[in-house]
Amino acid sequence: MADLPFEQPIAELSARVRDLRALAEGDPKYAAELRRLEDKVARLSRELYQDLTPWQRVQLSRHPRRPFFSDYLPLMFDDFLELHGDRTFGDDAAIIAGFARYPKGPRGRSVLVIGQEKGRGTKEAVKRNWGMANPEGYRKARRLMELAGRFKKPVITFIDTKGAYPGLGAEERGQSEAIGQCLLAMSRLPVPVIACIVGEGGSGGALALGVANRVLALEHTWYSVISPEACASILWKDGSLGERAAAVLKPTAQMALELGAVDQVVDEPPGGAHHDVEGAARRLDSALREALASLEGLSEEELIEDRYRRFRRLGAIHA
Amino acid sequence: MRPETDASEKRSVVKGVFRKCDGCGETLLADALARNSEVCPTCGQHHRLSGDGWRRLLLDDGLLTEWDSHLEPGDPLAFSDGRAYRDRVGIAQRNTGAKEAIEIGRAKIEEIDVAYGAFLFAFMGGSMGSVVGEKICRLFERAVTDSLPAVLLQASGGARMQEGVLSLMQMAKTVAALGRLRDAGLPFISVCLHPTTGGVAASFALLGDVNMAEPKALVGFAGPRVIESTIRQKLPEGFQRAEFLLQHGMIDRVVSRLEMRREIALILRHLR
Ligand SMILES: [Zn+2]
Repeated sequence: MADLPFEQPIAELSARVRDLRALAEGDPKYAAELRRLEDKVARLSRELYQDLTPWQRVQLSRHPRRPFFSDYLPLMFDDFLELHGDRTFGDDAAIIAGFARYPKGPRGRSVLVIGQEKGRGTKEAVKRNWGMANPEGYRKARRLMELAGRFKKPVITFIDTKGAYPGLGAEERGQSEAIGQCLLAMSRLPVPVIACIVGEGGSGGALALGVANRVLALEHTWYSVISPEACASILWKDGSLGERAAAVLKPTAQMALELGAVDQVVDEPPGGAHHDVEGAARRLDSALREALASLEGLSEEELIEDRYRRFRRLGAIHA
Repeated sequence: MRPETDASEKRSVVKGVFRKCDGCGETLLADALARNSEVCPTCGQHHRLSGDGWRRLLLDDGLLTEWDSHLEPGDPLAFSDGRAYRDRVGIAQRNTGAKEAIEIGRAKIEEIDVAYGAFLFAFMGGSMGSVVGEKICRLFERAVTDSLPAVLLQASGGARMQEGVLSLMQMAKTVAALGRLRDAGLPFISVCLHPTTGGVAASFALLGDVNMAEPKALVGFAGPRVIESTIRQKLPEGFQRAEFLLQHGMIDRVVSRLEMRREIALILRHLR
């Protein structure tokens, strides 16, 4: 069930693993063979996937079966209660936000979790505007982040958007100001803030949820100032040249890590998160716990200062 | 830095004594237009003003004690789209005489000390890469250290594509620095010139304690062409122009260039 040409070999092996796993369930003698095959899949996909081109990574980040924020939410959080509205104009379904307990289980504590949601299927995607938020989405996020700040609850964000919505109403209602205010509010939160890039990290619309103490990115994601297609239409007046643009823009999580915009790239299960959503959630969960633990014991001022320093040093400058 | 004749003015002299107004189409004496800060005496059309022109218009004696003018961009992606980013920067530097797309420093406006910054649109469309972001941070940080109000003139197409994700990071970094200015109780006067869009609009440009814009300046998140292709319809006349933003509550005042100095000084005195 491969959707992208370069996924084919992994997809075939994964199918065999699935078959064997079904067999092994009733019979322990298959266990060793199963492990061998699983190792092989892992090795092969490591080899295949470490040399993916930037464009292939962009494609994986938008894979039709790629898990969304709403898929990770029940796998990583307990007692999620969604909260709605920006108190000004409306409620934007492109951003889902609410309080939940993290991590799952008896040691969980209250956190604010906010994520961009693209929506699966046409009806759901229309409702969520394909994850492209209007100003209301950013104003809702800001309102709830400030609430979390007042009640000293950590903030965890999930980033997955092509970008903020470039629409007529968005401009009328101040998309720029909404994003700017979100950046400002995040930079001042007196609580730990962790951002997880789980799909697309498109420009200011993504960054608006990304001013965090630690930024984690799943392996097959992109994070940059512009999408490859938009970059292509500026460079060569042709939005279909995304592959060429990706090669020069290098928007991958791996490049963002190298440049310090991302703090950790979290490996995905063999073949990508869409092959094993639970596995992807497990890996992200463990990275998220570590990130939160690394901020433990910091005072409110230290948390704000840590975040300030994290971004302050980013840039490529010859003095 | 001493005021001097800038490249665009030299060009206009070479081209001829006359200039056609972009607004009313009238043929004007180039000298008269320059003396009127590039504002058409007939229809009020604001044509682009150089960094030097802005200094002479706004700052006492046209004087700016510049900070960090030596900073130059790196090339973190080894970016090339057929022509290398390094070469584009070199060309922009030769054409403008500036090292980057913004100048910052200390100046006086009607005898009020300010931390002053102005984007140079002629330098790669005023795009914000690492150096522009760094200089805006330093503008706000120096303003805090020296207890100065900050006045920043924006004219920018947005974040600079050629530095990839690092350009994006400048949005977060500059806004965080603005937060420190606020904490210090110092005002930020944001002046949006034509155009102020993308990553510059969606970071500090609309977060002024007072937001001003020049008449008809285009100020918005997405470019008009991007919006038109998204919604598949023509945008209404005046969409995203300064007057539209005023009407929609995003800016405090649309200010003629010829009134800018007086109004900035007035608001600074109110907020002192
Ligand atoms: Zn005119």
